[in-house]
Amino acid sequence: MNMKVNIAGVEWKNPVTVASGTFGSGAEFADYVDLNRLGAVTTKGVANIPWTGNPTPRVAETYGGMMNAVGLQNPGIDVFCERDIPFLRQYDTKIIVNVCGKSTEDYCEVVERLAGEDVDMLEINISCPNVKEGGIAFGQDPKAAEAITKAVKKYAKQPVIMKLSPNVTSIAEMAKAVEAGGADAVSLINTITGMKIDINRKSFVLANKTGGVSGPAIHPIAVRMVYEAANAVNVPVIGMGGITTAEDAIEMILVGASAVSVGTANFHDPGVTMKIVDGIEEYMKRQGFQTVDEMVGIVK
Amino acid sequence: MTSKKKENAQVISQEKIAQDIYSMWIRTEAAAEAKPGQFISMYTNDGSKLLPRPISICEIDKENSSLRVVYRVTGKNTGTEEFSKLQAGDTIPVIGPLGNGFPVEKAVGKRAFLMGGGIGVPPILELAKQMECEKKQIVVGYRNDETFLREEFEQNGEVYISTEDGSIGTKGNVMDAIRENALEADIIYACGPTPMLRAIKAYAEENSIECYISLEERMACGIGACLACVCQSKEKDHHSNVHNKRICKDGPVFLSTEVEI
Repeated sequence: MNMKVNIAGVEWKNPVTVASGTFGSGAEFADYVDLNRLGAVTTKGVANIPWTGNPTPRVAETYGGMMNAVGLQNPGIDVFCERDIPFLRQYDTKIIVNVCGKSTEDYCEVVERLAGEDVDMLEINISCPNVKEGGIAFGQDPKAAEAITKAVKKYAKQPVIMKLSPNVTSIAEMAKAVEAGGADAVSLINTITGMKIDINRKSFVLANKTGGVSGPAIHPIAVRMVYEAANAVNVPVIGMGGITTAEDAIEMILVGASAVSVGTANFHDPGVTMKIVDGIEEYMKRQGFQTVDEMVGIVK
Repeated sequence: MTSKKKENAQVISQEKIAQDIYSMWIRTEAAAEAKPGQFISMYTNDGSKLLPRPISICEIDKENSSLRVVYRVTGKNTGTEEFSKLQAGDTIPVIGPLGNGFPVEKAVGKRAFLMGGGIGVPPILELAKQMECEKKQIVVGYRNDETFLREEFEQNGEVYISTEDGSIGTKGNVMDAIRENALEADIIYACGPTPMLRAIKAYAEENSIECYISLEERMACGIGACLACVCQSKEKDHHSNVHNKRICKDGPVFLSTEVEI
């Protein structure tokens, strides 16, 4: 039995990565997690220039989950390349760089810069609900999503994963659009736009008014969307959304995810990814699966 | 490599010490490395509440691997209400110690203010216990006559109290207590609500006094990864490459001139 998966030509040692934005570039988690035991580390979104992000409060707890409106604060691609890539390269794991931008040119600039860097895959964030320009503007219109996929593919030297938003009418249509644009894989779901009110202060809890809901509360929605996307496209699907246990991850794989990302659960237990890797392995042994691929999409 | 983990700490004792204020001793590995001004992330056992509650360390007992936390129950069905129901022998998941803590050694040979307000009072106790300085002036502010931890403070320095309702000490806030008692300091350590810290920061800067303030903000990861709990920094921060510092990791204690609040 082995846990290896091949995602768009890149071999991961197991199907578990982390959701962008929940794990920094791994440095803060290295005391809690053996990064060598992750299939890949997906880094926090990085733009062509540093972004300050949104005012605080940026997070709030919700029932069975949380909301965030961090607003893609990031140090910019220069610092990222100098500091974060060498850090991650010390470990035997794949590096997926999440890329954000406010315009097609912004995305392309970062992707072009990364073409010369030692990273394994790119994840293009066209689904952040917390920034006004860019991000979600590309992620809710199939034509715009296809166009930006085509644009970044021109500059990309690594396989491109397009990260999709659940805040759409048809996730299948969005997945097909980015596949038509040349995406090598898709990942979903990003957070679901939500709102929380402080009834004593009679105001929004988050400074940004709205934020992205994540955590176990959204897991069934994510499973449904991964199922729909996986049945709509031929490229690999990376499933995420509220994965907190190995069982949650296995659900995603059974409906068609070739790999999974663990996000908000990292905040509940910084060591959770190790438990999920172990739990998937135990399930495979118990159920007699020799490879992860044998499990992918068997629930039709 | 993986030297840290979420740990099930054991509750040693739990006591209500004022309206909505509880004091809990827990046995935890976190005690070994803990410093005054650091915090621990405390998790509920309720699966619907995912995020840790950052709670400041009130006292450290390294001999018995124990920490004391004094915290406020913030309402019905909150995580802190769940904590308040824990009894001796129960367990509570924790991570820590987290954050940088107060630079207690900088007070040597100086006249110090140790200032706490509201639920910012508890971390001042361990600071007071560990501080060796020329003149230890503990200035603590409360809403009313429920002046929790007062006796412990009195064993560790000169204590000046302010209350919002004027029932004990100076009527007003900690700054009023300083003025009323004509106190002076060469170094300030403070923890409390933002308006109080803002006033202390302004006072320290007007008088060119070295001043350390402990900030708080809504947190998610508690370990510096998620960038939820940022504050504005005066200079571009080395890690973020923008004018933001992480309260959980770079703080919670900052030199007052480093941050804008």
